[in-house]
Amino acid sequence: MTLHTDRELNHQLEVLRGRLLRMAGLVETMIDDSVRALMEVNVELARQTIARDHQVNRIEVETDEQCLLIIARWQPVASDLRFVTLALKMVTDLERIGDLAVNICERAIDLAGRPAIWPWDEVQEMTNIARGMVQGSVDAFVKGDAVLAQSVIDQDDVVDDLYVQAFQHVLSTMQEHHEDLPGGIHALSVLKWLERVADHATNLSELVVFMVKGKDIRHMARDPHIAHG
Amino acid sequence: MSTVTRRKIAERSFFILCASAIVIPLGVLALLLWDVGRDAAPRIDVQFLTSFPSRKAALAGILPAIVGSLYLIVLTAAIALPIGVGAALYLEEYAKKGRLSSLIEINIANLAGVPSIIYGLLGLGVFVRVLGLGRSLLAGALTMALLVLPIVVMVTRESLRTVPGHLREAAWGLGATRWQIVRQIVLPQAFPGILTGAILAVSRAIGETAPLVAVGALTYMTFLPDGIDAPFTVLPIQIFNWVSRPQEAFLVNAAAGIAVLMATMLLLNSVAIYLRNRLQHQTGR
Amino acid sequence: MTAALASQRLPSTKIAVSSVHAWFGSNHVLKDVSLNFPEKSVTAIIGPSGCGKSTLLRSLNRMHELVEGARISGNILLDGKDIYDPGVDPVLLRRRVGMVFQKPNPFPSMTIRENVLSGLKLTGRLEHQSSDDIVRRALRGAALWDEVKDRLHSPGISLSGGQQQRLCIARSLAVRPDVLLMDEPCSALDPIASAKIEDLIHTLSADYTIVIVTHNMQQAARVSNYTAFMLHGELVEFSKTDQLFTAPRDPRTEDYITGKFG
Repeated sequence: MTLHTDRELNHQLEVLRGRLLRMAGLVETMIDDSVRALMEVNVELARQTIARDHQVNRIEVETDEQCLLIIARWQPVASDLRFVTLALKMVTDLERIGDLAVNICERAIDLAGRPAIWPWDEVQEMTNIARGMVQGSVDAFVKGDAVLAQSVIDQDDVVDDLYVQAFQHVLSTMQEHHEDLPGGIHALSVLKWLERVADHATNLSELVVFMVKGKDIRHMARDPHIAHG
Repeated sequence: MSTVTRRKIAERSFFILCASAIVIPLGVLALLLWDVGRDAAPRIDVQFLTSFPSRKAALAGILPAIVGSLYLIVLTAAIALPIGVGAALYLEEYAKKGRLSSLIEINIANLAGVPSIIYGLLGLGVFVRVLGLGRSLLAGALTMALLVLPIVVMVTRESLRTVPGHLREAAWGLGATRWQIVRQIVLPQAFPGILTGAILAVSRAIGETAPLVAVGALTYMTFLPDGIDAPFTVLPIQIFNWVSRPQEAFLVNAAAGIAVLMATMLLLNSVAIYLRNRLQHQTGR
Repeated sequence: MTAALASQRLPSTKIAVSSVHAWFGSNHVLKDVSLNFPEKSVTAIIGPSGCGKSTLLRSLNRMHELVEGARISGNILLDGKDIYDPGVDPVLLRRRVGMVFQKPNPFPSMTIRENVLSGLKLTGRLEHQSSDDIVRRALRGAALWDEVKDRLHSPGISLSGGQQQRLCIARSLAVRPDVLLMDEPCSALDPIASAKIEDLIHTLSADYTIVIVTHNMQQAARVSNYTAFMLHGELVEFSKTDQLFTAPRDPRTEDYITGKFG
């Protein structure tokens, strides 16, 4: 890739890219760890993961400031402009994913020691897919790969189907086991949060498509052309 | 000796050298003028200025010479300026730049350096003999015009070149024709320079002796020229005539003549310089 | 290239450039350039030094041919008529297609008033009865009237750089052209004077077709409706300005405007 003649701008964009990658990495780990803490009833892991959210928030603030600076000083255009505005929006979605992981961790701490009626298989599968979607979005962003981003967007349907399935599962279990209604409600919350993680990852991928193609596909039906690159 | 002091001495020496290059020649000139003036002053009076030459020194006057010089200058300017400015305009504004144009420019510069007697002989052959103009003011003026033409052309071309290109561009952009641009933008801007050319031409012509003698100017004239076909004489010739006489008194006349010549030249130049300054002020430069 | 633009309601074409080549001697400076300049809009031409943008501009009012050794081929149609047709008088053409230059060049020997009228006076079309109206209209059109109305008889060169440039614009407007060509009009001006000229261009574009060559990309982005990017004598891309600066189609345009050259 050709470098900008102005090396300071080049450096700033590299730093920005690095921040986004670091933030994404942190958030991916937080998703995995939060669900693991829940499943293994590991309160210590839950607390560590919550602490990690502070780092994520700090990077969000730094990134916002840096984007403002780049726009003010260099008035970027075309792909550079799309990248910087993408970065501003990406950190919002990533930060929200971090918050959702924190929610799951708090739930893990609350529920420690209580027997629970959990659709563990569905939760594990949703977690894997959701984390994969975040990772896929970030990969697509790094490589500028719109096809990969589109495949992430497609996976949102799978997560939605799993969510509905798991929801029904919990509902019917709650009807059978009245004694653990609170547990069931908590289960529904966690399922909802995982589904939200997948939604945010979908947002990330839509932003990546916009950055690469210069075409805004948010709030649109799926573009039949993009699958072919 | 430190480098600073060495440098200061070098600068000072250079300054003194340059100053001398001006002061010494001017000083010599001033000395000569003073010497002439001292001899001339007692001799210049109304009688001297309004009398005709005579074999008696005390009765001799310079009138025909003054009149002849003035007529000649005016006629020369009237011929040389329009032709010279016109030629310069054509070469600078209309002609295609190329090998031919450069060749012409070089040759005009060369012509400016040709000894004036050559022009005199040319004038004798072409104007006096072939065109049959005889030993007249017209023949003399035409010869002088040829002599000063290269100067006028060169100086005019230089001053045309100093008109900034962006002014012409602006005029082109407004949809003016080439002639409209030349007449209304270029010539007014270049006029001070053209006047300079006129000054130089007049200064050259007024001091010429040999070519006019070749063309047939009189050395002893007791009447005034009455037309452009009339015989004539000029100040330098009259001065030369007096200088070649053995009597002491005529040398005094010669000195007076020189003083009158210089005064005439200074007067003409001053008028032209005054005009030029007025115009330069107007064009905002 | 024009297909993408055809889907929108386009203004009609004022100047149609078709397969134009231009040379300075043996130097091939414009290579098969074709584009349509929309009327009553501002079109910017951008590109690195030596890309041919000034040459293209000057071919639009036949000032290219004033240079020794300049040659041109192809068609340029103004309102459908070829301006290089042998029957067309370039002098008359330049009264319909005016030009403002990089260095403000009011005539130094003239007052402000005389400068405004100089275009008409030069070409022998000045009627004295209406000259006051002409001066007022032109200076108003150039957003200069309020600043100079009390000193119309001061020399043109007594104004500041930005004012002088607006005086030159007024001078061009007085001749009542259809099209105004501007060759880097703000290069010699400070940012505030530039901003005033850019604002003026916005106003003028309602009545005139404007083509502006600029090496300042931000200025092109601010001031134009359409932008053409040229490189090594070729037209690389011509789009609506919004499109070109957010998502250019050609990678060379992308590289140039993001500063990845060199």
